[in-house]
Amino acid sequence: MSQSVLHPGLDLRRKRSWRSTKSLLMSVLMGLSVVAVLIPLIAVMYAVISRGAGVMFASFPEFFTAEIPMISRKAGPGMGPAIVGTLLATGGATLIAVPLGILGAVYLHEYGGTTKFASIVRFMTTVMTGVPSIVMGLFIYLTWTMKFGYSAFGGALALACLMLPVVISSTEQMLRLVPTNLREASYALGASKSRTIVSVVLPAALPGIVSGSLLAIARAAGETAPLLFAVGAATAYNPHLFTEANTALSLQIFSNATSSFVAAQERAWGAALTLMTLTFMLTVIARIFTARFALKR
Amino acid sequence: MAVTQAANKRAGSPSAPGRIQLERRSAPALDETEAVFDVENAEVFYGHFRAVRDVNLKIYKNQITAFIGPSGCGKTTMLRTFNRMHDVIPGARVAGKIHFHDVDLYGPEVSATEVRRRIGMVFQKPNPFPKSIYDNISFGPRVNGVSNKAELDTIVEKSLRSAALWDEVKDRLRNSALGLSGGQQQRLCIARTIAVEPEVVLMDEPCSALDPIATARIEELMRELKSRFTIVIVTHNMQQAARVSDRTAFFTAELDSKNDQRTGILVEYDVTAKMFSNPSDERTENYITGRFG
Repeated sequence: MSQSVLHPGLDLRRKRSWRSTKSLLMSVLMGLSVVAVLIPLIAVMYAVISRGAGVMFASFPEFFTAEIPMISRKAGPGMGPAIVGTLLATGGATLIAVPLGILGAVYLHEYGGTTKFASIVRFMTTVMTGVPSIVMGLFIYLTWTMKFGYSAFGGALALACLMLPVVISSTEQMLRLVPTNLREASYALGASKSRTIVSVVLPAALPGIVSGSLLAIARAAGETAPLLFAVGAATAYNPHLFTEANTALSLQIFSNATSSFVAAQERAWGAALTLMTLTFMLTVIARIFTARFALKR
Repeated sequence: MAVTQAANKRAGSPSAPGRIQLERRSAPALDETEAVFDVENAEVFYGHFRAVRDVNLKIYKNQITAFIGPSGCGKTTMLRTFNRMHDVIPGARVAGKIHFHDVDLYGPEVSATEVRRRIGMVFQKPNPFPKSIYDNISFGPRVNGVSNKAELDTIVEKSLRSAALWDEVKDRLRNSALGLSGGQQQRLCIARTIAVEPEVVLMDEPCSALDPIATARIEELMRELKSRFTIVIVTHNMQQAARVSDRTAFFTAELDSKNDQRTGILVEYDVTAKMFSNPSDERTENYITGRFG
């Protein structure tokens, strides 16, 4: 009972007003937006899983281990060399871009501040985010591949160029969120600025830095254009980072999917599912890793 | 006011005439212990804005000195000059003489980190690191070169006991400090500060975010710590100043008619008992009796 009997003026029932109507309207709109975002996501996952799973499990472990058929019209596995190539190129790019990006962000936020040089670097980072990935590929082709030939490392360089601005700007955002009072607490205990950054600021920002870096890595793992010029098109295993043509899952998806042979197209679906699974696993592993740093309350 | 400040300036010399003699009669035990800080004509600027001017006072060893006054009168600003916390604020500048014993705190070769190692600070809002309780306490000693595990264990236990927190947290030293209550967090921050064995502990409204029970515990703690440390506390709570402090400095903000800026000044500085019973300055009396501020 929300209406008082003893006091007729006391009525706590919800009243319909423009404000409550507006609230309802907005809730509906937000619900619709969630659906609009979920539809393509689910559709993509459904398409990849439904068409890729069959290919993948038709020859279960071989799909991940066997070499890529030289003659693409022949049916059969596998994607082994492409998995190794993707791990090499993405791993190399991560090793280059993540430390460099974090150091850059530390400089920009902790030391550069609003100085002219820092402003220029920050502006260039924004510009770099907007460079099309194929242009990065061409840049690496001209500066690296023309001199040293195809290799997974060339691909790693191109991917690192793409990841760097993302890592820098996301890390800088995270550093900005570290409260001043934590820095002051550290200074007040006699810690130097560098010690404060290493022991207080970076650990406090770590979960955010990991998330930002993961996003960059996941994006890089799926990039095709920058690898086209730098990696080459091998079909056999090449575990070497610096020498010989290599391949990658994204390159295999591209070349097989554009092929006119059904067998090749099937393999492209399998490779797509493999890439998705790989990225997903990477995210889960990194989450577990960061969760271990977090403490029990 | 000029008289008050002139008197304060002479407070350290044994033959100080005038009000100082009166002070001696009222509280002989408090008088003339060794001065830890000697401040003369201190001014603090934020860019072109002068936040505090003409501060003259001495902080005495093993006493609790309270800074009181209305908001925006420069109490916290003044407190932060003692451990060079203004260094990290762009545009902040300190002028005048601030001596720690006989060393000029703002001398050209003085390192701010060395200063802060000896002069610790507890902040208004409890600010434990998002680390374990153990790591919060051991951070300071580690930064200052202690790496021996057994030694660190001893320091952690000793500091937590001094801050009356040991019994509450001894079974969960590895848990996050953020899981503690507000009052426990503030005592943790005090434990963290005394873990580096500073000579002075500066407290910037340490109880303003706490309930009366937690406040009472911190005040009790301050009285215990007084024998080992010199304490300077900024507080908005006059009862608190009256309860815990030996000396009280009353600050207020004065409007400068030339540039329309409000600058903090030290109105009166004396033994707490006298400040709260028989202040010399009318403004102090008005503030304390609640007629202003």
